[in-house]
Amino acid sequence: MHLSDEEKAMRDGRDGPAVQKAMDLLMRYGEALGAERLVETHNVCATITSTTPFQRDFALERGGGMDAVFSEFSLDSQEVVAIPKFKTFTSHLQLGFDPGQPERMGVSEAIVEFYAKSERHAAGLGAQIMNTCTPYQVGNIPTRGEHCAWMESSAVVYCNSVLGARTNTEGRESTGAAMLTGRIPYWGYHLDEHRRATHVVELDIEVESVEDWGLLGYYMGDLVQERVPVVHSRRGIARVPNLPRLKHFGAAASSSGGVEMYHIVGITPEALTLEQALGGKAPVEVLRYGEAERRATYEKINATGRDAEVQYVMLGCPHYTIEQIWEAAQLIEGRKVHESCELWIFTPRAIKSLADRNGYTKIIEDAGGILMSDSCSAMSRAVPKGTKTVALDSAKQAHYLPAILGVEAWFGSTAQCIDAACTGRWNGSHA
Amino acid sequence: MNAVVAEETLLTLRGRKVVGGVAEGEALVTRERISGWGGIDPRTGTVIETRHELRGRSFAGKVLVFPGAKGSSGWSAMFHVARLMGMAPAAMLFNEMTTKIALGAVVTHAPSLTDFDRDPLDCIATGDWVRVDAERGIVEVTKKNTTGDHA
Repeated sequence: MHLSDEEKAMRDGRDGPAVQKAMDLLMRYGEALGAERLVETHNVCATITSTTPFQRDFALERGGGMDAVFSEFSLDSQEVVAIPKFKTFTSHLQLGFDPGQPERMGVSEAIVEFYAKSERHAAGLGAQIMNTCTPYQVGNIPTRGEHCAWMESSAVVYCNSVLGARTNTEGRESTGAAMLTGRIPYWGYHLDEHRRATHVVELDIEVESVEDWGLLGYYMGDLVQERVPVVHSRRGIARVPNLPRLKHFGAAASSSGGVEMYHIVGITPEALTLEQALGGKAPVEVLRYGEAERRATYEKINATGRDAEVQYVMLGCPHYTIEQIWEAAQLIEGRKVHESCELWIFTPRAIKSLADRNGYTKIIEDAGGILMSDSCSAMSRAVPKGTKTVALDSAKQAHYLPAILGVEAWFGSTAQCIDAACTGRWNGSHA
Repeated sequence: MNAVVAEETLLTLRGRKVVGGVAEGEALVTRERISGWGGIDPRTGTVIETRHELRGRSFAGKVLVFPGAKGSSGWSAMFHVARLMGMAPAAMLFNEMTTKIALGAVVTHAPSLTDFDRDPLDCIATGDWVRVDAERGIVEVTKKNTTGDHA
């Protein structure tokens, strides 16, 4: 792999052993990929902190505390190296629990304490403690063409597709190395030719609500897997999808498949026209999305749902926007969560503080619901005690929760979910 | 039919080095992609994904032959932990290059190859003895079973 003089200096130890280890990992990783070189990045999204007993024991065993954890888990270095401050703007992703709700999440005080220590360590190195799967909601909005090194599939697909920035799906170790060097392999979605659409999804029906976009995303991901689809409507898309819609759409497509990049003609930045999205080439396949496909996708996402009695309603996958919290608050104001059910809503910390000021947190709490941050049920594997059936407005969460926790899941609109929370019953139909 | 007499045949594949080193072991073959986070239990090296054909089987110490990686960006972290637990595969042979599998193979420290001259999924069966020389890009397969254990 070709290295610049600056990169050679980092490799040779000019900036100390941690940066040297980071360069060593990037070279091993780049060569594994077959990348010809690295690219500069000033924008990393990653998991850095520690939330598991395994990592705590590891830190104790190796000695060296948090530096030992970072050396092994973020740099693949068996040698414990002192971690210097990050070179690169780094946003922290979601965690395995909400540290503000340890009891609800079934986490011991000792683990919360260990986490708090690792959070201070990460923040001290320069990590932004955003603790969300949606960093683009709270201050990290890369510009078109910006080279990034992001983890979290729903964030990666948003970064590439909606923002036109460039990232592959990175992992904990490659992002760790990127924080210290400002480099990542120049491969995959960093290059123009890999960003072109391969498959066309032709819309025969209107796609309007958040639920509609979730269904379309789930359908599309299932069929194209990890390739690059472009959504096209001959009539044009009547209602331009906003942030919550595209957030759900990409998250669904990266759950049923491995979509890391898509286009929507007339809406996303690299698809002014269908021809541009395809890069002048013929598509591998043209898929049609009409009423029959929508219905079949709805049935597929709801395949595990049997019992109408619902013990848990979870909203906020990916993390809710303030607009979605406002909508949920309006839907539940003056009502009560049913005694046999619980309602948990997840959002980034920064947006929770906005919801607190706006009075939405109080409205939700007065109704018996809870607004949480930092995590979700899939990440934390935490649901209210006795949960057998859940109701969700996220296709992604409906995809993962039955697999991870063995629960039944219903998927529908936010209004149907709030109704389920207040009645303890799923009354959704094939909307 | 009588027990089949093991007739040892040797075949050789050539591929591109992903992670260097030499290792050998019994093959564990799947035509299904493997998920890291939510797909394996790193404490036992076992595939846990619902409906996966390897569900309940451990790849610890085996030569894992598979199409590639799928799922969450936690892929490398899960295989990384499997290695720390002593439950990593001995070697990995796969067809589809992605950032997940590249980084995962690197942090697993298991000799790994891709870009083969013939599809390993077609010519290696679970139970075959496989020697991987990733430095030289050579895979030697000893077919010990002629009864067709091939899934």
